Amino acid sequence: MARNREISFLGFCFVLCFSLFLLSSAFQSDELQDDEEFGLEGGRAPHIDYVNPIRSPSIRKRSSSDQDSDSKVQFQLEHAFGSSDFSPAGTFTARLKTWSHGGQTLTKLRFSRNGFSETENEEFKKLLESDDFYMIRVPSNVLSPPGRDYIISSVKARCLPRETLDEHFVIHMEGVNILAVNYGSPGACQYPRPLKLPAKWSFNSHTVLKNSEQAPRAPLPAFVEETLAGENVEGEGIKPPEKSFWAKYWMYLIPLGLIVMNAITQAMSLPEEPAGGQASSQTQTAQQRAPSSAVRRR
Amino acid sequence: MAMVLRLSLFLTVLLLSLNPSSALYDDQVGLMDWHQQYIGKAKHVVFHTQKAGRKRVVVSTEENVIASLDLRRGDIFWRHALGATDTVDEMDIALGKYVITLSSGGTILRAWNLPDGQMVWESLLQGSKPSKKFLSVMNFKMDKDNIIFVFGGGCLHAVSSIDGEVLWRKELTTESLQIQQVFQPVDSDIIYAVGFVGSSQFQTYQFNAKTGELLKQSVAAFHGGFSGEISFASDDILVALDATGSHLVLILYQDEISFHQTYISDLVPDSSGVERILPTKLTGIFALKTDSSVVFLRLIGEYKLEVVEKINSAAAFSDALSFSEGQKAFGLVQHVGSRIQLVVKLDNDWNSNLLEESVEIDPQKGLVQKIFINNYMRTDKSYGFRALIVMEDHSLMLLQQGVIVWTREDGLASIIDVTTAELPVEKEGVSVSKVEHNLFEWLKGHILKLKGTLMLASPDDIAAIQAMRLKSSEKSKMTRDHNGFRKLLIVLSGAGKLFALHTGDGRVVWSLLLPSLRRSGSCQFPTGSNIYQWQVPHHHALDENPSILVVSRCGLGSDALGVLSFVDSYTGKELSSLSLAHSIAQVIPLPLTDSTEQRLHLLIDASGRAHLYPKTSEAFKIFQSEFPNIYWYSIDAEKEIIRGHALHSNCGLEETDEYCFNTRELWSIVFPSESEKIISTATRKLNEVVHTQAKVIADQDVTFKYISRNLLFVATVAPKGDCPIGSVTPEESWLVVYLIDTVTGRILHRMTHLGSQGPVHAVISENWVVYHYFNLRAHKYEMSVIEIYDQSRADNKDVWKLLLGKHNLTTPVSSYSRPEVVMKSQSYFFTHSVKTMSVTSTAKGITSKQLLIGTIGDQVLALDKRYLDPRRSINPTQAEKEEGIIPLTDSLPIIPQSYVTHSLQVEGLRGILTVPTKLESTTLVFAYGVDLFLTRIAPSRTYDSLTEDFSYALLLITIVALIAAIFVTWVLSEKKELREKWR
Repeated sequence: MARNREISFLGFCFVLCFSLFLLSSAFQSDELQDDEEFGLEGGRAPHIDYVNPIRSPSIRKRSSSDQDSDSKVQFQLEHAFGSSDFSPAGTFTARLKTWSHGGQTLTKLRFSRNGFSETENEEFKKLLESDDFYMIRVPSNVLSPPGRDYIISSVKARCLPRETLDEHFVIHMEGVNILAVNYGSPGACQYPRPLKLPAKWSFNSHTVLKNSEQAPRAPLPAFVEETLAGENVEGEGIKPPEKSFWAKYWMYLIPLGLIVMNAITQAMSLPEEPAGGQASSQTQTAQQRAPSSAVRRR
Repeated sequence: MAMVLRLSLFLTVLLLSLNPSSALYDDQVGLMDWHQQYIGKAKHVVFHTQKAGRKRVVVSTEENVIASLDLRRGDIFWRHALGATDTVDEMDIALGKYVITLSSGGTILRAWNLPDGQMVWESLLQGSKPSKKFLSVMNFKMDKDNIIFVFGGGCLHAVSSIDGEVLWRKELTTESLQIQQVFQPVDSDIIYAVGFVGSSQFQTYQFNAKTGELLKQSVAAFHGGFSGEISFASDDILVALDATGSHLVLILYQDEISFHQTYISDLVPDSSGVERILPTKLTGIFALKTDSSVVFLRLIGEYKLEVVEKINSAAAFSDALSFSEGQKAFGLVQHVGSRIQLVVKLDNDWNSNLLEESVEIDPQKGLVQKIFINNYMRTDKSYGFRALIVMEDHSLMLLQQGVIVWTREDGLASIIDVTTAELPVEKEGVSVSKVEHNLFEWLKGHILKLKGTLMLASPDDIAAIQAMRLKSSEKSKMTRDHNGFRKLLIVLSGAGKLFALHTGDGRVVWSLLLPSLRRSGSCQFPTGSNIYQWQVPHHHALDENPSILVVSRCGLGSDALGVLSFVDSYTGKELSSLSLAHSIAQVIPLPLTDSTEQRLHLLIDASGRAHLYPKTSEAFKIFQSEFPNIYWYSIDAEKEIIRGHALHSNCGLEETDEYCFNTRELWSIVFPSESEKIISTATRKLNEVVHTQAKVIADQDVTFKYISRNLLFVATVAPKGDCPIGSVTPEESWLVVYLIDTVTGRILHRMTHLGSQGPVHAVISENWVVYHYFNLRAHKYEMSVIEIYDQSRADNKDVWKLLLGKHNLTTPVSSYSRPEVVMKSQSYFFTHSVKTMSVTSTAKGITSKQLLIGTIGDQVLALDKRYLDPRRSINPTQAEKEEGIIPLTDSLPIIPQSYVTHSLQVEGLRGILTVPTKLESTTLVFAYGVDLFLTRIAPSRTYDSLTEDFSYALLLITIVALIAAIFVTWVLSEKKELREKWR
């Protein structure tokens, strides 16, 4: 029994020392750090053209006389209910910017949504009831629609209704080509999807235009690279030809350590007694630490 | 309790002291790995029987391997794998010491030294257009040199065999000329080239072999037209089929061209459809292949043909072999029941046989496809013959003196797909007595090991230890083991044969030439495509065998009808097979099983309909509940469109088939064809296990991994960049990578690498993607990593929230929610080009990951994932260092010790498969190509088990010594106490 307590005390010492060692090293960075930290090495923030959400309760279409300047471009959004045919649902308007090197990009995207008509309301209700898909499509080329093919995107109709019908477009562009449209609700869509009718049958649309971003590359000065790489390779390259000391002789070292510990505790047999009760309680806290440190190791 | 604590402590200390890489010691090779060398299906064979030295044969194969085999045992002396594009066209022997190969469409001529396989010389021959390839070696009696005549690329070359120098070159590329034969009659200095111009003109050329001078050129028109190939009827008469295929045309070509027709039906009365003239190099006899039989015809007298023999069974025959002065023999092999019969005949005397042997053959080897014969001198000075036979399953065997001397399973060189199966559970009441019986042996073994550890062992002992370790019967048992190291690898070969290999020693447990993958009337060109696990019994593991599903197609087109066959994994018997009425474009194993634990599979056909298998009402019921939640995607590589699909309704067309469903397109991504071209895609492995969603980072903070099964990685390059490295400038080449959610078609991430190009190899695991490509600006290969983190769960860090249940960790995740993800990415240079890439997988996903990279040198390199961490920085903080973040370097280190294949090469490496074992730390790695290699690796070392060379005896002795010491000290202390009390 006494031996057992000794061992547990020893174990406690070990754990305490170890966790102290860990804690002392962990404490110094115990401040809230945001993800900015990763921004440093993860590259610059994505270049996104945010367009303020436009509310467009009116059904009025933008007249074609708006296309007075050649830098303005328009393309249609079409929608379908379940497996019905596609019909016009809104118009995107954007400014086409031609760069000096010949590339063309869209900026200042605006969107005017047509409201639902009576029949469309009914159809949408049907979709809500059957938990079916509400589908949209846009041309893959904004200059010569529909381009090679239409870009289709769809969402479960039950994801859209909140107060109004909330929708969110992310349009991925490459020059004047649309690659893909991510269409869905602006926030979460819980599962299982409950049947919920919107309070107001109008659309609240958000649109985001996204272009490709460049891959980040570590900003590493050449000479630092060299030296670092050199050191690292050397360090990794030279391996002990034999198994490490621990791997080879641990079976001797453990008992040796135990014997030494035993001897020490026997030497301090007097102060051990009062500390006993406290030790056991502290062991538990130490135990809680130990696994967490083990996890961190992975 | 304290003990446990201490143990865990020691473990952590041990882990700390360990290096990230693990290597093998010299004496550990072969303990847990095996390596098998193959060559592939033999295409050309050149026998080489030097009077002195060992008997060898040189073989070139469909896998573009040239190998020298030992005729006695079938072992490989040397071997060269030419690249995948460097197809061997012809092979011959020159000067008695060089093997000459013509490859790459008749443009590369190489000479290899026979004894050691060193390349002696290489000549690049220039040709102008693709054509037939011929190679012949001519021996001038007066000269030391042999001249090699090569026809390839529309040009006739004469090449010196000493140094590969081109002596002369003649171009034969007039309008629509197709050279059919290039040959040189025995003992003459004239080379003939004969061919067709258009469909009805016959043209001959005669060249002086020494100078290349054109001696004669003649053309003659034949009104009936020609079809197919030209063969020899005799030395001076050629034979061809006319355009309708109903007449044989004999062509006298040497002086004046003249034609003579013979109606085939007159010769072979019941021949319905003559297919072709078989290419033979016999003199006096040629063979016609009709749809049911092979007919041998002989020329008698002037233009008169005679049927010599008609063989109705499958048969193969060899080229003529001149074995003694003026005598030529050839071999003919045919099936007689379950035996094959080999006959060697003189080519001018059909009725007598030089040799007749018959031998029993494994029915799983299929039909005979090719035969090559060779003669040798028997001890009684008579001529003996041996034959190399290539079977339908691509195996190669040597037949001599009526027995099969050796067999090589060379079908294993062309593996198409691999899956694994567990072994049967060990029945009880077997093992205990065995262990007791071997107790003494066991002890002896451990004493030996102890001696080895303490360096007391003599060389004999060391040898005994090594032998004991290598042939440990433990690893090749046919039952499941506790650690899950023993499994069956089920592989499908290109010949349509299934093999089950034991992971312990790599032996073939069973093999099956799938009947549904053999050519038949209804299925002309069957091609196997994939294997899936069909039924994996867990509840009935003792009384039911697992089975696998083999998916194949009856043809090469996408609309070819599908064939399914079900095979028992333990016995290798085909349980059943199904000929489908629809094609198979995609096979989706669903995560659903029925009550007999058969996995549900959804097969998508070319017209976009989905079919459910197995076709049972129970399966349908299970499927119905998940009906709205099934999504998949398809990639249209020609149009550069990726589409997402979902199920819609039952097929309306077939009223009875309730297992057929219509589908609908949900989303599409259209890549602009003028700027992007899909070159690579990758998805997560279906069976991958992720242990934890949270990742603790240095400052006690938690980030959440974005773990989605529906992640698709797509890499596109500029259309110009899809060509070999070096042909585009960095400005006109770029690489765009996408991460796509395949349910909604949402592009989660899109990133451009300017000035980079393919080929791209990518691997997805957990929440990261690693891909490899070429950076044109830096002139180096690069590897990039993208890690995806979920921000929507980021506020679950508060312990109080967790305790009070105010967290969103248990709410189901829907793909329709807008993901709040954060990407971290980084690129590193990498020295090697890569053939294939894979990642380790373990049972519970706790062990850290290693990337397995198949290098260009056909080796497998294990690279710790920690090197590909986007969070690496130049000067990591103390906390980050502790977490295991390596300081940033611009290139990834290649540590020689971390080659999984150590000193071996997996020739022609094509794929790497990782299989988790039950032991969490360990994973099995199977690399396949022309060779096979299997090993066990532990990415974080075997932290959960003792190594095999652990000395239990030493531990025992230590414990005994400790107990003794305790007693001694106890007695001593007692005595001391007593003495003190007496004082």
